[in-house]
Amino acid sequence: MSFAVIFAALMIWFGGWWMNARLARIRGGRGAGALAPILFGVTVLVLWELLVRGLGVPGAILPPPSAIGQAFAANLPTLWADFIQTFVKGALSGYVIGCSVAFAMALAVDRSDFLKRGLLPVGNFMAALPIIGMAPIFVMWFGFGWQSKAAVVAVMCFFPMLVNTVQGLAAADRMQADLMRTYAASPLQTLMKLKLPAAGPFIFNGLKICTTLALIGAIVAEFFGSPTLGMGFRISTQVGRLALDMVWAVILVAALAGSAFYGVVTLLERAATFWHPSQRGR
Amino acid sequence: MFDDNQEGSGMRSIVPILTVLAALIAIWYAGAVALNADWARQQAERQDRTLTTSELIVETWNQDRPRLPAPHQVAVELWDTTVEKKITSKRSLVYHGWVTLSVTLAGFGFGAALGIALAVAIVYSRTMDRSVMPWVIASQTIPILAIAPMIIVVLNSIGMQGFIPKAIIATYLSFFPVTVGMVKGLRAPSAMQLDQMKTWNASGLQGFLRLRLPSSMPYLFTSLKIAVAASLVGTIIGELPTGAVAGLGARLLAGSYYGQTVQIWSALFGAAVLAALLILAVGVFERIVTRHMGFGR
Repeated sequence: MSFAVIFAALMIWFGGWWMNARLARIRGGRGAGALAPILFGVTVLVLWELLVRGLGVPGAILPPPSAIGQAFAANLPTLWADFIQTFVKGALSGYVIGCSVAFAMALAVDRSDFLKRGLLPVGNFMAALPIIGMAPIFVMWFGFGWQSKAAVVAVMCFFPMLVNTVQGLAAADRMQADLMRTYAASPLQTLMKLKLPAAGPFIFNGLKICTTLALIGAIVAEFFGSPTLGMGFRISTQVGRLALDMVWAVILVAALAGSAFYGVVTLLERAATFWHPSQRGR
Repeated sequence: MFDDNQEGSGMRSIVPILTVLAALIAIWYAGAVALNADWARQQAERQDRTLTTSELIVETWNQDRPRLPAPHQVAVELWDTTVEKKITSKRSLVYHGWVTLSVTLAGFGFGAALGIALAVAIVYSRTMDRSVMPWVIASQTIPILAIAPMIIVVLNSIGMQGFIPKAIIATYLSFFPVTVGMVKGLRAPSAMQLDQMKTWNASGLQGFLRLRLPSSMPYLFTSLKIAVAASLVGTIIGELPTGAVAGLGARLLAGSYYGQTVQIWSALFGAAVLAALLILAVGVFERIVTRHMGFGR
């Protein structure tokens, strides 16, 4: 019985791969471009389902996708409450605070070459530090509620956003800056008409990096203390009960939220920097 | 995140950097006064004392369990736990740092090797490119760190403990940036350069070794720096659910359980120093490799 299932799984794997190989040979075509990854994803899911059932892997180690789907559907209200607590209250508010403060600071720093030379290396270094380790400290300062999570997220987002924006504001080349001067443009005009547009791709790069950091920060901060809801709380308590189908359902929510968040920022980028070479020619 | 214009910085930037650092430390001291003042006033009230401003400031910088320890308190704790304690002692930060470092390096090594192999496969196989690459990018938007506790618990239940589960998380976190950066790097040569290789009748392997690999080096090292930092973060988070046994993550958790803020901050600084050393090591390695490949400046 189990051998048959494993054999079927292998067949499906090779079948899926063969179809993808055929698809890859078809050049161009928007449909084929989207179809190959979908086919790959479906193949992996079916393989997962069959192998877990065929090998009799206990649900406490790896639940099959169907069980995860059931847990997801059965716990929608709980998952929605967790999503609001962690994503909307914690991650999103922290993201907005961290990114806007960093943006404002970058605008201020841009006026001074001295500060720029000092802040860029320090900011680069800070962006690489495990800032997430500050989570227990913020939980101690701001309590178990969403405020401490927002604080962790804000600090995590601050440095990547600052560094990217400062670099972006310096991206306009000398010639263009000189041209603005020959037009007798005021510093504000130079900022609005030249520097900010030129910084667009850098700013959005920072915003994109921060989407991932925001969700990670909000979830991990909950491991150090949270009210009895939230995605991090759900993961840590359900792991303790070995209810892994529920844990995977939370991960599904996190993946959907993270991808959607990233997607929205990408759409904004496309709308704001449509003129940039990286956005054209597709 | 990491620009490599280090020629532009150098000596010229030392003064600005030091100024920024001094400003940060000043803000920190001021913050310590603001956050610890309440506790200091309460203590004084209990002892029927009134504090002058200067007394209050001194009090806030020398508490046992401050809300925000002053920089010198963290420095003293760091000195105590690295130099004064024996390295084998469980209270030595060097011991915990080594536990974290060894896992980080193992995870980083596997992750980098896996990432490079996957990138080569993606660049040379259209099927891999079409079907796997979108998932590699999509997986970046998923908070992988959040499932670290689950991986630890699950591997623990099938009998894997300690080193390997943490290294798996570190591997997982460090292989994505390497894959993405390396794919970009291997595709960096222009069509003109690829054609040039063809007119020289270069074989596929020669084209890889002489053109694609050298031109991918800047991309590779930039992503290796990100990967080594990610590997460290992954290891620290991986140490949280193991019940605070050993490692910098365990020190963080134990510190937060017992309200030992000075210990938390010293673990944080230990992690920061580790991160700096690791990135520096990758930078030195980069310089050696690029010089060896003839990129000498």
